[in-house]
Parts: sequence; C-alpha cells; structure tokens
Amino acid sequence: MCNKVGGVHVPDGFLDVPTSVATGALAAGTVALALRRSRAELDDRTAPLAGLAAAFVFAGQMMNFPLPGLPVSGHLIGAVLTAVLVGPWTAVLCMTVVLMVQAVLFADGGLTALGTNVTLMALLAVVLGYGVFRGLAAVLPRTRAGILTATGIAAYLSVPAAALTFVGLFALGGTVDIPVGTVAAALTGVHLLIGLGEAAITVAVVGAVLAVRPDLVHGAARLRPATPLAGRPTTTAEVAR
Amino acid sequence: MGAAHGGTLSARYLPGSTAVHRLEPHAKLVSVLTFAVVVVATPVHAPWAPAAYAGYLLAVLAVAAVAGVGPGRLLRGLVVEVPFVLFAVLLPFVAGGPQVEVLGLSLSRTGLAAGTGLLAKATLSILAATVLAATTEPRALLRGLERLRLPQVLVQILMFMIRYADVVGGELHRMRIARESRGFTGGGLRGLRVVGATAGALFVRSYERGERVHLAMLSRGYRGSMPTGPSVPVGTRSWAVALSLPLAAAAVLLAGILLG
Repeated sequence: MCNKVGGVHVPDGFLDVPTSVATGALAAGTVALALRRSRAELDDRTAPLAGLAAAFVFAGQMMNFPLPGLPVSGHLIGAVLTAVLVGPWTAVLCMTVVLMVQAVLFADGGLTALGTNVTLMALLAVVLGYGVFRGLAAVLPRTRAGILTATGIAAYLSVPAAALTFVGLFALGGTVDIPVGTVAAALTGVHLLIGLGEAAITVAVVGAVLAVRPDLVHGAARLRPATPLAGRPTTTAEVAR
Repeated sequence: MGAAHGGTLSARYLPGSTAVHRLEPHAKLVSVLTFAVVVVATPVHAPWAPAAYAGYLLAVLAVAAVAGVGPGRLLRGLVVEVPFVLFAVLLPFVAGGPQVEVLGLSLSRTGLAAGTGLLAKATLSILAATVLAATTEPRALLRGLERLRLPQVLVQILMFMIRYADVVGGELHRMRIARESRGFTGGGLRGLRVVGATAGALFVRSYERGERVHLAMLSRGYRGSMPTGPSVPVGTRSWAVALSLPLAAAAVLLAGILLG
C-alpha cells in the first residue's frame, strides 16, 4: 500500500547511522535464517518459483487502487499475501529481493536504509502477519471462509504494525526531533485506513487463487484433504459411491 | 505511487560506453553504497552542513556528466522522493525547540535543519543510485551482487525475478486491455473487487507459466545455478576510479569536520 506516504519505504538519512546499522544487522540475520529455513519450503531447484512470487509482488505493487477520501492511491505491500501463498521463510526472501531491486534500480527506499526497510516489510510484516494468520487459522473453522478471514485480519494488522514499528525506530534513532506522539498518531491513523485496502486485496487474491489452484496456497495446506486435487469433488463423490 | 515502478526493469538502463559504464558493476555498487553512507553520516545540525551537501551534489553531478546521464533522467529518478518532500516541508512547522522567524512565519530551527537535511540526503542518494541504474544493466548488477558474495539463493531469486518481471508485467498489460475493452473503468469498491480478481488470476497464470519454464529448464540440464563466465580481476586503477565518488564525498565531510 502507499507506504511511501506513511514513510515505510524509508529513504536515506531518515534514521541515524547506529539505528540503520542495527536494523541492517537484524535484517541480515533474519535473511540468513530464512535462507536456511526456506529449504523446507522450496529446494534449491525451485528458486524460479520464488523469483516468480517476487516478480508478482513487484507487479502487484504497480497496481494502484483508490483510497476513499485520501488524495493518494494505495498499492499492495504483499507481505501477508506472499507468506500465505509461498510460506513465511520464502516470503522473507521474496520481499527482501523486491526491496533490493527497488533500492538499487529505482532508488525507492535508500541503500543505507535497506536494512530498515527489510526489517519493517520483510521481517516484521511477514513474521507478525503470518503469526496472526496461523493463530487465527488454528482457531477458525478449517474452511475457505476461515482461511480468508484469517488472511484478511493478518493482512490488516501487518500494515499498522509496520508503521508503529517505524515510529518506534524513529523514536530511537530519528534524525528529527518532532514529538513521537504526533508521528505515531498521524502514521497510525493513515495506516489503519491503508490496511483496509491491503486486507481487501489480499483476501481477493488469496480467494481467487484458492478457487482455481488451492494447491498453490501454502497457508491453506490443511484444506487440501477436503478438496482432493484429482478430479472435481462431485466426481470423487461418485467414485466413492 | 506505483507509477514510479512503471515500465520494464531494464528501461532504466542507458546504453553507452563512458568511463562509468565500463567500470565493474560490483565496484560501482560499493561506490554508491559508500557514498550514501558518507552522506547519511553528515551531521544535520552542523552549521557547515549545507556547504557539505553542495559539495556532494557537485561530486554526483560530475559523475553524471561523465556518464552522460542527462538532467531529464536525473529528475525522473527523483520522482520517488515526492511524498517525502511533503513531510520535509511540514517539519519546520511541527518540530519543537527554539523558533526562528522566516518571512513572517514562526519556524522551528531544528525542524528547518532536519527538513533540509532529510531532503538533501535523500536527493543525493537517489541521484547516485539513478546514475548506477542508468549505467549498469540489470544482469551486470546481478553479477556484481554475486561477486559481493550475496548468498546464491538470493541471487537466483533476483535473477528469476528480473526475468519474470517482464513476463508478469506483459500478462498484466494484456489483462488490463481485456478488462477495459469489456467496459471496466475502475474506481470505488466495485473496482477493487475486479482488481482483486485480476491479481488472483495474474498469480495463477504467471505461476503456471513459471512451472512450464522451470520444467523446460530442468530438461535442459538446469541444476540450481546459472553458468557464468570467469570473472575478470579488477585492477587497482579501476577501483580508484570507482571509489573517487565516495572519496570526494569523504574529503568534503572531513573538511567540514576539521574546518567547521
């Protein structure tokens, strides 16, 4: 979503050097962990599919949608979307790669702020969003509606959470002394709205993929026994009879 | 906001054979990153900070001139900055601390310095990154990242992302044409539903295409990494040329600290 309005694509010089170094170290550690853990989700030879997911997030960020009542249009972040579709560790890698391309080729989000951006959008949004998703999915009924509800709430929360974390970093290492309360109020307000769009589009995409290729939705793996891939449900029922 | 990402990834590249184009990509990456670090490390509230920004700007513009990157391209690179200009302009009004009278407006002194610093630092780094993207092909950048020891899996994902970006973008373009020729105009909540369904269909279509490409690659002997040619060692001279930008910036910073 329109992160840049909320300031989540952090540019160079927004946070001081110690904060940038600290978030950079955190980001590097997480990516290293994700590199190891993602092997359970994809082996070395399926890197193309992860690249495709990254390209998809990149293209998805090109699709603008209107934010009612605001002079800007939003676009997808895609953290929860990617995590639900390809799994959380691969999602961390995909989001990192997207942020790298944006920083190097488009100067969108500073190079020295890459660690901060990865921490906010690849680490926090994915880990927290996927955590919420799994937590809710465990409680909600194991149906399409249950999965989509969990997805929507997780996507919604991931946006203000990233914004609030940014405010926290700003309080720790901001280069500007404006009252933290003002920043928090302004950013949280905007992102609570932006989160609605993120949730709507994430649910729409996951719903569409779930309808056509449920096997592609990592987060709905537990739905699969109920919808066998071989043949349509009616056919299976007839065979069973 | 997404307009900044428009076009294909390689559209940022300006073909050429200037000294900047000929530099090794990883040397350029190190150079731009170091430059950004020096710029960010400049203390915002120092009285000599504006002079330092001017010095950095001269250095970047000199490199852009050598690379043949015109002012139009540099300005287009700056478009991503627009939302921050708003934020930076607001800073002097909302920041605390001692006030200063400018043109009849009461502005915060620290807010003014911070706003200027924020804008200057972001602008300088964006200019440097724009020159990098304009003088280096995406594939060369990948090789550079590989030589800088970026983990293999990340390089692979990056490589496939760059290759697939055009595929997914083209798919999206065709779907948009199809949608609009059916009378879709967009906007509002009903538009959101259509855009969501489009995105879902886009994912499935791209994924299935990716599956076919992957199978084709496996059948042609792909084993998890792309063959690359031998890497040429980089001489001291080209490192010196590549690092002249951050070194000039560091000299400006040092002069500011010593003289200011």
